[in-house]
Amino acid sequence: MTALTLSDLQAGYDPDLPIVKGVSFTVSKGEAVCILGPNGAGKSTMIKAIAGLVPCFGGQVQLGETEVTGMPSHLLARNGVGFVPQTENIFTRLSIIENLQIAAQLLPKPERPRRIEAMLDMFPDLAARPRELAGALSGGQRQMLAAARALLTEPEVLMLDEPSAGLSPKLVGQVFETLRRISDTGVTLVLVEQNVRAALALTHRALVLVDGKLAHDGPTDVLHDGRFLGELFLGHRAAEAGR
Amino acid sequence: MELLAYAAFFLTIALTYAVICLGLNVQWGQTGLFNVGIAGFVGLGAYVSAALTTPDAAERIGGFDLHIALGWLAAMAAGAALALAVGLLTLRMRSDYLAITTFGIAVALQLVFQNTESLTGGAFGMAFIPRPFSGLQSEPFAFNVLNLALTALVVLVLYVLLEHLLRSPWGRALRAVREDEVAAQALGKNPVLLRIQAFALGGAIMALAGAVQAHFIGFIAPANYLPMMTFQVWAMLIVGGSGNNRGAILGAVLVWAIWALSGALISEIFPADQQARAASLQIVIIGVMLCAILLWRPQGILPEVRSVSRHLGHRNKDT
Amino acid sequence: MNPQAIIDGLIAGSTIGLGAIGLTLTYSILRFANFTHGDFLAWGAYLTLTVAGVLGGLAAGLGAPVYPFSFGWGLPLAVLGGVALTVALTLGLDRILFRKLRARGADTIIIVMASFGASMALRSLLEFIFTAKPVYFTNALQIAKPLGLGMRATPDQLMVIGLTALMVLGLHLLVTHSATGRAMRAVSENPGLAGVYGVDVAKVVRVTWIIGAGMACIAGVMAGLLVQIRPYMGFDLLLPLFAAAILGGIGSIPGAMLGGLIIGLSEAFAVQIIGAEWRAAISFVILVIVLMLRPQGLFGRKEA
Ligand SMILES: Nc1ncnc2c1ncn2[C@@H]1O[C@H](COP(=O)(O)OP(=O)(O)O)[C@@H](O)[C@H]1O
Ligand SMILES: [Mg+2]
Repeated sequence: MTALTLSDLQAGYDPDLPIVKGVSFTVSKGEAVCILGPNGAGKSTMIKAIAGLVPCFGGQVQLGETEVTGMPSHLLARNGVGFVPQTENIFTRLSIIENLQIAAQLLPKPERPRRIEAMLDMFPDLAARPRELAGALSGGQRQMLAAARALLTEPEVLMLDEPSAGLSPKLVGQVFETLRRISDTGVTLVLVEQNVRAALALTHRALVLVDGKLAHDGPTDVLHDGRFLGELFLGHRAAEAGR
Repeated sequence: MELLAYAAFFLTIALTYAVICLGLNVQWGQTGLFNVGIAGFVGLGAYVSAALTTPDAAERIGGFDLHIALGWLAAMAAGAALALAVGLLTLRMRSDYLAITTFGIAVALQLVFQNTESLTGGAFGMAFIPRPFSGLQSEPFAFNVLNLALTALVVLVLYVLLEHLLRSPWGRALRAVREDEVAAQALGKNPVLLRIQAFALGGAIMALAGAVQAHFIGFIAPANYLPMMTFQVWAMLIVGGSGNNRGAILGAVLVWAIWALSGALISEIFPADQQARAASLQIVIIGVMLCAILLWRPQGILPEVRSVSRHLGHRNKDT
Repeated sequence: MNPQAIIDGLIAGSTIGLGAIGLTLTYSILRFANFTHGDFLAWGAYLTLTVAGVLGGLAAGLGAPVYPFSFGWGLPLAVLGGVALTVALTLGLDRILFRKLRARGADTIIIVMASFGASMALRSLLEFIFTAKPVYFTNALQIAKPLGLGMRATPDQLMVIGLTALMVLGLHLLVTHSATGRAMRAVSENPGLAGVYGVDVAKVVRVTWIIGAGMACIAGVMAGLLVQIRPYMGFDLLLPLFAAAILGGIGSIPGAMLGGLIIGLSEAFAVQIIGAEWRAAISFVILVIVLMLRPQGLFGRKEA
C-alpha cells in the first residue's frame, strides 16, 4: 500500500526557474524515509510543494490513490497530511493550548479535548503552562509543540523539515526518540534531515536530493559509508563549480 | 488657429503632468515607493514659487517679485525638503506606512493652502503669478506655442537627465534595492539611504511641475490640489508603464486626453444641471481603468526595458 | 475649555473607532492598508438609507420616530439590510480585484494601489448616483439633554456611544475566545502556517471582510445619523481611521477603539482651541507623532 507518490514533480517559486526539477519516488504506508542533501538542494521546497505551500509546475503528488497536486494546504491537512515546517512552525502570538486547539478543529468535536489531553501527556513540558504564549518557549519546546500539533490530528503521513536543527545534542536525542515512537505506531514518516547520523538511525531508506533531482534512493546502509555520501554531495559541488 | 492654440494649451498642461509623472517614476517606477500625496508636493511647489514671484500684495505676506527661474528652483528645494522629511520618518518602516503618511501630508497641506490666508490667499488662492512670455499674451497662438516649447524643454531636459541618472551606478543600485533588498545590502548598498534620495529627487520634480503649471496658468487655488490629482497622476504612470520614462510621458498625454475627451463627451450628453454630477463618472472611468491595468497589464503600455519589476507580481512568497 | 468637547469627542471617536476596527482587521489579516475602507462607511450609510426608503415605502409607520430617539423602527431594520449589502459590496470587490491580485502574488503595495483606485471609483460612483448634496436619515429635531458638569447629549448620541461599547466588547470576545477569532489571529501571524494547521484561510479572509464591512456600515450610519450623509464622508474619515488603527497598534481591536476615541477627543479639543478649520490636520499630527515615538502603536508588537 502506498502512502505517498511523487511522479516527476516540478516545483518552485518562479515557473521559469523550478527548484525541484522532476522528482519521483514512492513511500509505502508505515514506512519511514529520510531526505538528505546539501544546503539549497531544494529539500524544503519539495516538502512544501507536497504540503501545498509552494506551487507545482508539473508532475503529480498522490496521497494513497488520490491525486492531490496543488491542493491547498488546509485540505491536505484534512486529508491526513501532517507537516512541520523547518522554521516558523508554531504561532508565537497564540498560547500553547490555542496552538493545539486550532489544529484540533479538524477533528470531530467530541474528540478534541481527548486528543489535546493526549498530546499534553505525551509532551509534559507543554502541559506545565498551557496558557503561556508559545513565543515564550525554548527552541526544543517549540519543536515539541510543533510535533504535538501535527500529531494531534493523527495524520497518516507526517512530514518534518529538519526537526533537530539548532537543538542541543541531548534534545536531538529526545526528538528522535519521539519520532521513533511515532513511527512505531504506524504513521508514515517523511523526514528532511541534515543530521545524517541521527536520521539514519531512524530510517531504513534514504533519498538524496542534489540540485533539485534525486541522486540516490535506497537503503540507508550504503550511506553509513561517509565516502559515498560525500561523493554524492561533492558531485553536486563539482557540477556547480563547472557552471 | 483657435484650434491650434487650444491644442498647444492642451499639450502644455499634459506635459506639466508628464513632469509630475517623471517625478513619480523615480519614486515608484525605479524605487517602488508608493506616494499617495502627489497633489501635496505639486501644490507645495506651486505655492512656494507663486509666493516668491508674484508682485507684492497688500493682503498677504510674500510677493517678492523674484524671477520665475528662482521660483522654480525654490519649488524644487521645497519639494525635496518635504520628501526628505517624510522619507526620514517612514522609509524604515513597512511600505504602506509611507502611503498613509503621504496621504496625510496631502490632507494637511490642503488645509494649509485653505486656511493660512495671509500666506496663500485662502480658498481664493493666488492670482497674478507671472507667466513666461507674458509680453505676448495678446497673441494667444504665439503665447501658447512658446509656453509649450518651454514646457517641452523642461520635459526633455528632465528626461535626458533621468535616463542618464538611471544608467549610472546610482540608478543601478536603486533598482538592485527594489528587486532584492537583502542581496543589495549584502553588496554594500544602503537601501534606506537610497530610497530617501530617490524619494527626495521625485519630490523635487513634482514640486517643479507644480511651479511650471502655476506659472503657465497664472492662477492657483487649493482646489487644484485635491486627491483627484494624485489619482490622475497614478493612472498616467501605470497606464504608460512604470519604470519607463517614455511610458511616463506617454501615459500623461494619453490619460490627460482621455480625461479631456470624456469631459467633453459628458458635457455633450448630459444636460447642464446634471453636469457636475456626471463629471464624477470621469473619475469612475479612470479608477476602473487603473484597477483593470493593475489586474491585466501591470507593466503598462511601455514596459520597463530591463526587467519587468518583480514587485508587479508572479512571486508568491507568503501566500 | 468647554467640557462639552468630551461628549463631542466621544461621539466622533465612537464612529472613528468602529471604522478603525474594520480597517485594523483587514490590515492585519489581508496585510494591506485598504484605502477603500472609508468608502465602505459612506456606501454603508447610503445603502442603509436606500433600504430605509424602500421600507418606508412599504410601511409608512416604520419611519415614525420612537421616543426618545429621532428615528423609527425602520432604521434598525434598514441597518440589517445595509450591512448585508455592504458585506456583499466588499466581498464582490475582493473577488474581482483584491483576491486576483493576491492569487498572482502581487506585492502589498500593488494591492494598496488597487485599493486607492477602487476607492476613487467607489466614491465618485456614490456622487454620481446620489449627487454631492448631503442627505439625512431623519428630519426630526432632537433636544440635547443636560448630563451635568456642563455637558449635553441627545438620546441618539448616547445610544451611539452605548451601542459602540457593546459591539466592541462583543467583537473583542469573539476574537479572543472563539474558534473563529483564534483562526483569525493565526492567519494574521502566518497565513501559510495557518493552512498547514488546517485553517481555511480563504474563509477567514471572508469572515474578516464581513466583520469589517459590517462595522463600517454601522459606523457610517452612526456618522450619518449624527451629522449627515455625503459621498465624501468616508474619504474625510480615512486619515482618522488610519491614524486610529496605527495608534492602537495594527491588529488590535481595543487598540483601534482607544485610538479612535483619542483622535475623536483630540479633534474636539483642537476645534475649541485652534478652530474647526484645522480639525482634519489633527489625525495627521497624531499619526506623525506615533510614527516617530512608537511606530508599533499602543498595543502593537514591535517590528510589525
Ligand atoms: N521563498 C523563496 N523564494 C524564492 N526562492 C527561494 C525561496 N525559498 C528558497 N528559495 C530558493 O530555493 C532553493 C532551495 O532552497 P531550499 O528548498 O530551502 O533548500 P534546502 O531545504 O535543501 O536547503 C535555494 O536556492 C533558495 O534560494
Ligand atoms: Mg531546508
